[in-house]
Amino acid sequence: MTASRLLERLLQTLPVLFGVSLIVFLMITLTPGDPVEIMLADSRATPEQAAQLRADLGLDRPLPQRFLVFLGNALTGDFGISFFHRRPVRDVIAERLPATIELTLAAILLAIAVAIPLGVIAAVKRDTWLDRALTALSLFGVSLPGFWFGLLLILLFAVQLGVFPVGGRTDFDLEVARVTGFLLIDSVIAGRPDAFLAALRHLALPAITLGLPTAALLTRVVRSAMAEVLTSDYVLFAEAKGLSRRRVLLRHALKNALIPVVTVAAIETGSLLGGNMIVETVFGWPGLGRLVVESIFARNYPLVQAAVLLYAVTYVMLNFTADLLYTALNPKVRL
Amino acid sequence: MDLDIAAGEALGVVGESGSGKSVTFLSVLGLLRPPGRIEAGEILFDGRDLRRVSRAELRALRGRHMALAMQDALSALNPAFTIGQQLIETLEAHGLAANTREQAAAALSRVGIPSAAERLDDYPHQFSGGMRQRAMIAISLAARPRLLVADEPTTALDVTLRAQVLDLLDELREQDGLALALITHDLAVVAERCPRVMVMYAGQVVESGPTAQVVARPLHPYTRGLLESLPRLEDPDRPLHPIPGQVPDLARLDGGCRFRNRCSMAISACAGPTPLADLGGGRASRCLRAAEVSP
Ligand SMILES: Nc1ncnc2c1ncn2[C@@H]1O[C@H](COP(=O)(O)OP(=O)(O)OP(=O)(O)O)[C@@H](O)[C@H]1O
Ligand code: SF4
Ligand SMILES: [Mg+2]
Repeated sequence: MTASRLLERLLQTLPVLFGVSLIVFLMITLTPGDPVEIMLADSRATPEQAAQLRADLGLDRPLPQRFLVFLGNALTGDFGISFFHRRPVRDVIAERLPATIELTLAAILLAIAVAIPLGVIAAVKRDTWLDRALTALSLFGVSLPGFWFGLLLILLFAVQLGVFPVGGRTDFDLEVARVTGFLLIDSVIAGRPDAFLAALRHLALPAITLGLPTAALLTRVVRSAMAEVLTSDYVLFAEAKGLSRRRVLLRHALKNALIPVVTVAAIETGSLLGGNMIVETVFGWPGLGRLVVESIFARNYPLVQAAVLLYAVTYVMLNFTADLLYTALNPKVRL
Repeated sequence: MDLDIAAGEALGVVGESGSGKSVTFLSVLGLLRPPGRIEAGEILFDGRDLRRVSRAELRALRGRHMALAMQDALSALNPAFTIGQQLIETLEAHGLAANTREQAAAALSRVGIPSAAERLDDYPHQFSGGMRQRAMIAISLAARPRLLVADEPTTALDVTLRAQVLDLLDELREQDGLALALITHDLAVVAERCPRVMVMYAGQVVESGPTAQVVARPLHPYTRGLLESLPRLEDPDRPLHPIPGQVPDLARLDGGCRFRNRCSMAISACAGPTPLADLGGGRASRCLRAAEVSP
């Protein structure tokens, strides 16, 4: 892909992002419920004080102006003050984001690690009982409600067997100095294997819960891509050359079958980042998803707007990455 | 079926689409895909029954002793690997890799690809159609097999390239003593290049023999029909006679002659067994009335 093509693809994403920010802005501001009332609910503020707060937050200005201000600030990375925390939205989000990224990456890696072998096996053993069992299992996995499955895991592995913690990111006594915000990395930096292990144990159940539907989906993608590739002439030709079955399957077939899988996985990562509110809530995971849920209930406009915009940017960028990966894996489209 | 091809010899295999040419030769290479399987018979290669050797032994034979060239190089070559990688892995699979890049370049030059060493790192789609077909043949022949099954290796090419690739196969046959099974729809190509021919119909060999004699005096009505359905250079105005009727459903065969529903010479005995009979002089036919086919 040439630099100009790259730029063109990037520019194409701008209208999408503008549209998303407009929709988000309208949806939040037009839903009933007054943030100033919510913020002042417990205090005995005078109407004058309420009006002052309203003016401070810019809520007394007309909608179009508020949108333009929001957009202009957003471009400079300024998403305003979180009503709720009374701190810049940017800082609040930056604090919570690593936890969410850590969880998402763990979930997607887990999903890929499960999906590739299962999908390959299903494709190779196509139309046998094993294939049918795996297909049924993945259908089940795709349609499983996340919160229910999460609660089930907690009941079984945390409450009954006690092998995994019930929730949170780590144990109280095992906190390490925050450097990157990624606990696994920070505990390596701090040279604390005990903290690393604790973080890993806390990560396990939420990552499984979040990754399971994706694993199921990817298994189906791997299976169908692989099944198609296996009927191709080049697989027959590779076999005719006398290559081992292993080499034919894992090199010739899999490399081509992975092209659509990588695309789907990149897009899925975007959905996971934006779709982990339930899992974070169930597991008390201090990430962005839970923050967004709390902020929606508190009508914390600036934060919700920033978060949804962040989701949209990530989603668009991951689609873009999927494109790049597709190009890298497929010599035929390389320009 | 009895398939013997001597070193340096070319056997033409003809028959309508769906007559089982590809399936038959893929089964020789042990490459039938499920649900396909060999129900009966033996496949002898150097006196060994290939149906009895283990999968590992068969794999060692494939590519090393018998190789396959396919119709469309664009689909036969893996789009995700370079020509060099695909050539070298064949050498490696058979323990023949020494100074691989030189070997690979030599293999490409052998099939007439110019500046071969530089083209090793190209992907299949970067080759032109004719060069790609040559590259595929080079890959098939990398380990210097003795038998090449070429399944319509020129159908996907235009006329000039077709002749070039066929010339190449002739050359390899003469120089290296390669035995060639050339599967084709084109009887003219067989008449020109293959001393012996095998005619297939509905999954069976119905006639075989020296090409010149088979063409001059077919001993099976299907062969005769095939010849009559082709235009002839020396007599372009001769009326063409396509064979009426259709190939029987191979899943529902009785024991009789498979051509019977389309044969104008059928008699009641044709519902019985029709084995491939040796008629002397290297000729064989399944027709019970072979002697009467060409009056
Ligand atoms: N001996 C056989 N026994 C059972 N089925 C057969 C046999 N030979 C061929 N068939 C069936 O006929 C189908 C077509 O065979 P095949 O692809 O070999 O034809 P072909 O002669 O190569 O045709 P084309 O000229 O179109 O390539 C196969 O898919 C197979 O199911
Ligand atoms: S055996 Fe009978 S039906 Fe078959 S080709 Fe000969 S004459 Fe025709
Ligand atoms: Mg064929």
